Amino acid sequence: MNFKGTDVVSIRDLSRKQIEHVMDLAEELVPYASGEKRTRVMDGKILANLFFEPSTRTRLSFESAMVRLGGRFIEIAQPQNSSIVKGETLADTIRMVDGYSDAIVLRHPHEGAARLAAKYSSKPVINAGDGAGQHPTQTILDLFTIRQQAGGIAGKKIVLVGDLKYGRTAHSLAEALGMFGADLTFVAPPVLQMPKDTISQLEKSGISPHLSSDLAEEVSDADVLYITRIQRERFPDPAEYNKVAGSYRVDRSLLRDAKKNLAILHPLPRVDEISPEVDNTENAKYFQQAFNGVPVRMALILLLLGGDL
Amino acid sequence: MKEFRVTPIRNGTVIDHIDCGQALKVLRIIGINDSVQYTVSVLLHVPSKKDGWKDIIKVEDRELDAKEVDKISLIAPHATINIIRDFNVAEKFTVKMPEVAKGIVKCGNPNCITNMNEPVETEFVIESKDPTVLRCLYCDRIQENVADRLV
Repeated sequence: MNFKGTDVVSIRDLSRKQIEHVMDLAEELVPYASGEKRTRVMDGKILANLFFEPSTRTRLSFESAMVRLGGRFIEIAQPQNSSIVKGETLADTIRMVDGYSDAIVLRHPHEGAARLAAKYSSKPVINAGDGAGQHPTQTILDLFTIRQQAGGIAGKKIVLVGDLKYGRTAHSLAEALGMFGADLTFVAPPVLQMPKDTISQLEKSGISPHLSSDLAEEVSDADVLYITRIQRERFPDPAEYNKVAGSYRVDRSLLRDAKKNLAILHPLPRVDEISPEVDNTENAKYFQQAFNGVPVRMALILLLLGGDL
Repeated sequence: MKEFRVTPIRNGTVIDHIDCGQALKVLRIIGINDSVQYTVSVLLHVPSKKDGWKDIIKVEDRELDAKEVDKISLIAPHATINIIRDFNVAEKFTVKMPEVAKGIVKCGNPNCITNMNEPVETEFVIESKDPTVLRCLYCDRIQENVADRLV
């Protein structure tokens, strides 16, 4: 399958077959991502990490992925020290970085920034999050983790919980899970439920998601619980926030009737939506999920730049 | 003898079959303001055999460019353009909505990169022609009230 030279701007740019190919390669790369095996396949190649917004996991895992592949990276991690503050356009920054690197990773506060970068760059561009828009590598690593932990995606009961209305990761993950034939349940307070156009998009592809506001009721037969943070600023009344946030908190008592092998995922950072007492259970897979960012991003770099292990 | 509400024009353009109520927006598209030096006639709410009711605009001594026609197609997809030369219809065609609307609409998402002073033309994929549904190629947002954001 040929990926060389393409851009990864939106999850919709990739077919189901292409996503499966990335995940298969990521699986092979796990021992390299953990440092158990070594490779120099990207020796002499440079990845440009342009982060115009704060990021911990995404930035570090891209850096780790490139270093584990034997390549190097250059970065803008503090835009206040770059020529952006002098008023340089993103288009100019990209054309400059294009000459310094073999691929560009971009996180930017404005939606559509990665598409613009892809237009101006002759090198592959990977979108690492554009405002409230897309974050395709997060979606692929979520799919990868679900497939790994639940032993597949099709037919598995996957419960997405939390802020499904505004949460960046929730929309594209729901669409991608629909593409893979998952049995979807969306649990959120009515004001934060999944947007109608995402639901109708799913219905067009033959998936009828189940909507609920009762987390406890949905946990018992779930295979995967994917939690996203409910943001305080969405609620004008703090008392209302506390009430809502409290009813979607995952703790040991909620898990009492859950399947033994239920996998709990969270894109992180978490605030208080998962109680620390859950961290030591067999169900907590969110740090594994964060690790999976490395092999998945290694796979994408390898596919976009070309090279065999 | 048939009585005309507005007399025929010698040279210029007749935009016919404009969706009822859209004529004033079409005037904005073709840049009709106080300083124009030609006659413009506007007929609102005219009976039409084909569409029930329609609007018509006659602009004397002026022909439209391709971008103006593309913009008109977004808000009046059934409009016909008649180019008049010496009282005769020299050309007649129905507007055709482009597959991609380039540089004629501003994105309605204030956080879209195309609204940030970047040297880039807006681009929208036409997802549906009836009703008109546009999706920004950059930020992926579906656009509402396109008529208010024509460039």
